[in-house]
Amino acid sequence: MTGSSRAVEVLDPGLTTLVQDAGRPGWAHVGVGRSGAADVGAWRAANRAVGNDEDAAALEVLMGGLRLRALAEVEVAVAGARVAVTVDGAEPSPGAARQTGAATTLRLSVGNVLVLGRPERGLRTYVAVRGGIDVPPVLGSRAGDRLGGIGPAPLAAGDVLLVGDAHAPRGDRLPDGSPPDDPALDDAVLRVEPGPHAHWFEPRWPGVLCAPEGFVVAPSSDRVAVRLEGPPILRTPRAQGRELAPIGLVPGAVQVPPDGRPVVFGVDHPVTGGYPVLAVVRSSDLDLLAQVRPGDVVRLALALPRVR
Amino acid sequence: MTPHHDDERSAPAVERAGREPARVGVRVVRFGDAALLVELDDLAAVRRVDDALRAARAAARRAEHEGAPPTRRAQDDERVTRDAAADGRVLWSVVEDQVPAAETVLLRVRPGTDLRALARRVREVAQRASGAADEPAVERPLVVLPVTYDGPDLREVAALTGLSVEEVVARHVGATYTVAFGGFMPGFAYLVGLDPALVVPRLATPRPRVPAGSVAVADRFTAVYPASTPGGWRLLGTCPTRLFDVSRDEPALLTPGTRVRFEVAR
Repeated sequence: MTGSSRAVEVLDPGLTTLVQDAGRPGWAHVGVGRSGAADVGAWRAANRAVGNDEDAAALEVLMGGLRLRALAEVEVAVAGARVAVTVDGAEPSPGAARQTGAATTLRLSVGNVLVLGRPERGLRTYVAVRGGIDVPPVLGSRAGDRLGGIGPAPLAAGDVLLVGDAHAPRGDRLPDGSPPDDPALDDAVLRVEPGPHAHWFEPRWPGVLCAPEGFVVAPSSDRVAVRLEGPPILRTPRAQGRELAPIGLVPGAVQVPPDGRPVVFGVDHPVTGGYPVLAVVRSSDLDLLAQVRPGDVVRLALALPRVR
Repeated sequence: MTPHHDDERSAPAVERAGREPARVGVRVVRFGDAALLVELDDLAAVRRVDDALRAARAAARRAEHEGAPPTRRAQDDERVTRDAAADGRVLWSVVEDQVPAAETVLLRVRPGTDLRALARRVREVAQRASGAADEPAVERPLVVLPVTYDGPDLREVAALTGLSVEEVVARHVGATYTVAFGGFMPGFAYLVGLDPALVVPRLATPRPRVPAGSVAVADRFTAVYPASTPGGWRLLGTCPTRLFDVSRDEPALLTPGTRVRFEVAR
């Protein structure tokens, strides 16, 4: 099969549904961020469950609520924040749905309506369609970058999505199996190492940033940044009023503005920032960062790198 | 407290200080487990080091495509990393993004990269480049941008600087600028080389909307807004040239290192 074909129509995108893939590395020096799937593990799991290339574009659904109508026979997989899935208003029959690793895969017939419920925990659910969502790539990627305004816009009711042929020839899919344990969202711990400007802060900053009480995720959190509410982190007297020249950023950078409230950057982070970076979240904990929702409590733990 | 003591609570320098005589002006530190930050003294050093690192990466890519035998430097790497596979080409290929800024160059790398081995090589390249003469490491293109000097802040800039409007325009077109870095929005370039007489502070209250194509000054920088956005720079005029277009192979016209001149549009 070559080219693309009509696969599904969006009846309701829910709160926000974005097309995401691995993002567009290599353009940060001209102000274009990488973007891409926020929970990379869940996005990959959904793709693998339907035998797609691991970097195929899929849907990133915020807080469930997505409704799709199949325009053709399609195979879809759902992974990430756990949601109830219904087809034409009913739980899919055991023959129509199966658990493949971290994902639930379903076969839809023409006219079937797939509905995602709301997750009890977590924030982002991924829906992969066999063949991969085919929207025109921009700078080599189909990721919707909300900060830079690059790539596809958020989905709207009435959008018809095409799929391409981004599946592996022999369907290198995950074996059937039971779902893995939910990530520990009730007790989310993000491991951090000291950042390049940790010396701007009072020496007892680890006791504040990594306090057992943790921080509450602020309502203004999004793909750009997770904002944390809790005790302020204070600068040394010498660093007070000091200005930082603009500096390149990475996802997971914990920036602390003058008000002392930490901001943890996400996948749509600005390419450069102007406040000191106190700490940086481990790469392997960024998927968890993508699943914390406003009101959740997150704790940070100091995990020193092995330098030698 | 000395700066050195300060730094002990920060991201550890990946290269241990004292292993070789400390040379001024280059420090390579971790930025999490998948990035290195090269800290430098000033913009001029950033430009040299950014160019040199980009050139090293491009040379490694060319070598990989042409299947050329490893260079002598790459062989040195094998000794350093004690891993026959990790020659110079592989070492540089882990760099996914290189972001110059005011006093730093950020290298974002593939997770799982041996940051120490990379830092060693980065430090070598950076030290060589930052100590070099003020000559560009690469040929820099020159872009000429036509400007209609009709900006809403032109008179105020004249008043702030004590110059006539004509003199402000003459000084703005009289200089050759260099793109120092980007980052504010896609295609935005901070240009340095502004006539010191034109240095003015930002607006106290940013405008909610600066039109696309606005030519502006703030502090020691001048720039052209590639798209409409809120902004606090002072607007001197407008430029019709498309600065950012995702349909082009190189979407941004003004990449770091590019030289720029403005001319009065006819």
